[in-house]
Amino acid sequence: MPKQDSSKTKDNKLTSRRDFLRSAGNYTVASLSGAAMLLSDPKPAKANVTWEEHFQKNYRLMTDEEKQQAIERLETRYTEEYGKPVTVDGSPSMEGVLFGYALNIQKCIGCRRCVKACVAENNQSRGDEQQIEWIRVLRMEKGKFSEADRDQHGYPESFGVQVGGNAYKPAGVVLEGQHYYEPDQVPEKDAFYFPMQCMQCEKPPCVKVCPVRTTYRDPDGIVVIDYNWCIGCRMCIGACPYWARRFNWGEPNLPKEEMNPVTHYLGNRPRMKGVVEKCSFCVQRTRKGRWTACVEVCPVGARKFGNLLDPNSEIRKVLAKKKVFRLRADLNTYPKFFYYMD
Amino acid sequence: MRFLHFVVDYLKAGFTGGILFWLWMLFLLFFIMLWGYGEYIQIVNGMIVTNLNDQVTWGFYLANFVFMVGVAAAAVTVVFPAYVYKHKELHRVVVLGEMIAIAAVVMCLLFVIAHMGRPDRLWHILPVIGIFNFPHAMLTWDVIVLNGYLLLNIIGGYYYLYTKYSGGEINKSFYLPVVYIAIVWALSIHTVTAFLINTMPARPMWFHSMMPIKFITTAFAAGPSLIIVVFLLVRRFTPMKIADEVFHLLSQIVVWCLGIALFLTMSEIVTELYPSTEHSLGLQYLMFGHNGLDRLVPFFWTALSLMVGSFILLLIPSIRKNLKLLPFICIAAFVGIWIEKGMGLMLPGVIPTPIGEFAEYTPSQIELMVVGGIWAIGFFLLTFMLKGAVAVLQGEVRYRSKTSEPAVSKQQAEAAT
Repeated sequence: MPKQDSSKTKDNKLTSRRDFLRSAGNYTVASLSGAAMLLSDPKPAKANVTWEEHFQKNYRLMTDEEKQQAIERLETRYTEEYGKPVTVDGSPSMEGVLFGYALNIQKCIGCRRCVKACVAENNQSRGDEQQIEWIRVLRMEKGKFSEADRDQHGYPESFGVQVGGNAYKPAGVVLEGQHYYEPDQVPEKDAFYFPMQCMQCEKPPCVKVCPVRTTYRDPDGIVVIDYNWCIGCRMCIGACPYWARRFNWGEPNLPKEEMNPVTHYLGNRPRMKGVVEKCSFCVQRTRKGRWTACVEVCPVGARKFGNLLDPNSEIRKVLAKKKVFRLRADLNTYPKFFYYMD
Repeated sequence: MRFLHFVVDYLKAGFTGGILFWLWMLFLLFFIMLWGYGEYIQIVNGMIVTNLNDQVTWGFYLANFVFMVGVAAAAVTVVFPAYVYKHKELHRVVVLGEMIAIAAVVMCLLFVIAHMGRPDRLWHILPVIGIFNFPHAMLTWDVIVLNGYLLLNIIGGYYYLYTKYSGGEINKSFYLPVVYIAIVWALSIHTVTAFLINTMPARPMWFHSMMPIKFITTAFAAGPSLIIVVFLLVRRFTPMKIADEVFHLLSQIVVWCLGIALFLTMSEIVTELYPSTEHSLGLQYLMFGHNGLDRLVPFFWTALSLMVGSFILLLIPSIRKNLKLLPFICIAAFVGIWIEKGMGLMLPGVIPTPIGEFAEYTPSQIELMVVGGIWAIGFFLLTFMLKGAVAVLQGEVRYRSKTSEPAVSKQQAEAAT
């Protein structure tokens, strides 16, 4: 027994020394929160944020060499943390490409497969504690007039001065629609559906208000975020008129087996707590010539994606031939996310 | 060397006091410890320990931030009459006003840090080593004006005190420019803070050009209210003499600014509620609730009653000039504005969300601890700074050279006679 005990202690000593050497080699985190994280973290040392990562520059300002180093650091860390080989892509915008998106609200059946596919593809946090989804599908009630639904035979609020009746039921959780619907079957008879996500504005208000330029518009029109540079002030969330941005309130919960190991630095790589994220038009896919996950999964073909600069692209045809509108055009944000009807 | 003496003597004077003083400081220290605990929990676990969420992303921290910026700016209500109108009695207490400003700005900075998801990355916003998105991001303007204001008040206040301490003459060509810049700067901090939130059309409740002037009038009502209370306490607990005239002038500033603020509130309500578009839903939610969600309603009406009540009372000269009643009315006005301009402004801005979702919010215990702690830090700093400042102004603490410096001892002799 004593022998076993002593060997145990020796083992412990060895591992702790190895850990110490390893972490010393990485200059593991020196910041206040970093230190706190380190103290409370059972993760292996390599899975921790290194000193170099903590003090790296904003991604856009890095030289190619620095970008490569940053990417390698992340690959090492993620591979260790998720127990499988993870790649982090750093592909820049392609020449002559401006991505655009069009969504056929006439076809959408509200199945939310896009929402699920997006979460699986883009490594969002999941679970009860913190569930992040980049796509919201609003369930809109179809316009109908029924005498019974009239509210006070006037404007829904009693103190308003307008009169004349309202054809709709009083507003529910959301003004005109809501995104918490749980039907047995879609599409429902009395509803149509209105998916929303980041509109990838050409004049993004979120970019303008970011005090550290961590979110910016890349030349192919995608508004991206350097998660490592974000200070978590949430100005961008305040400025976004489309409610497209999400904040990692706690450490994201991303199970190892569900993690998608094909990532992009500016896209679906795992995030950390305290930073903002949003739809990136699946930059890890689209810069490699693939569809976004939501386009790929849509069972009714309501979602179209393509290069706005290519006159023969499907998206250009949609813009030319369909009845197209953009959301909140009054704000001059110039979204590259179009809605259309046949 | 003399400066070192100043620092030591000032600290000593600031931390000398009777049993009441130490009880007060211990009381504050208790809350400061809670702040430390709250911040620790928040940094380790992330902001998930707050009750903020995807719908309500800005809450208690920023509400207090906005309010305190106003209090900081309001130091100008002491400085301006003293230097521009050469008001003698106010001139004597200018430094005390500056101390209030310093404490308030420190609180502002702490509120911002509490609001940040990644305070460890604060250096990202520093020019040169980080990226300072100036002039595009309104937040960078706020960083400049707030830190600049802190610096101006430290320089102005402590240059004056240090000169008093060492018995020299104020160098007016240095000091006066600092004072005049600080006066204009005070307006800028609150204007910029208003621009920070009213330049976002995504939040219709805030998206109106009245925001800066409303901020300034409410600030110049809440700020002097606090200053009146603090000055009355200084007069009560220290040998410092503050003339009644000071309180009369400050209470006049309170009453008129409060009146204008109420007028602006009324204008806002009429403008929003008459057409009752969807853009007014935030205000409607604040005033009347929405489909049974009415957590803010009692707060709004309490705040409005406090403001209207204190305005009416202060309009009556005999009450306004009654220094026994005045502090209570001031506290009522202060609390009213704190509610109206804090949570009453912040929450209806984010509720409903841009897609129209209503989600109610109450601060979590951690948020309460952190905010309470920051207030305690503010009062702790203020108490210490005021005590030191009063000791210097009263001449209780002054430079006594230990090695004989003839020039200084001569000056001292002059000062003594």
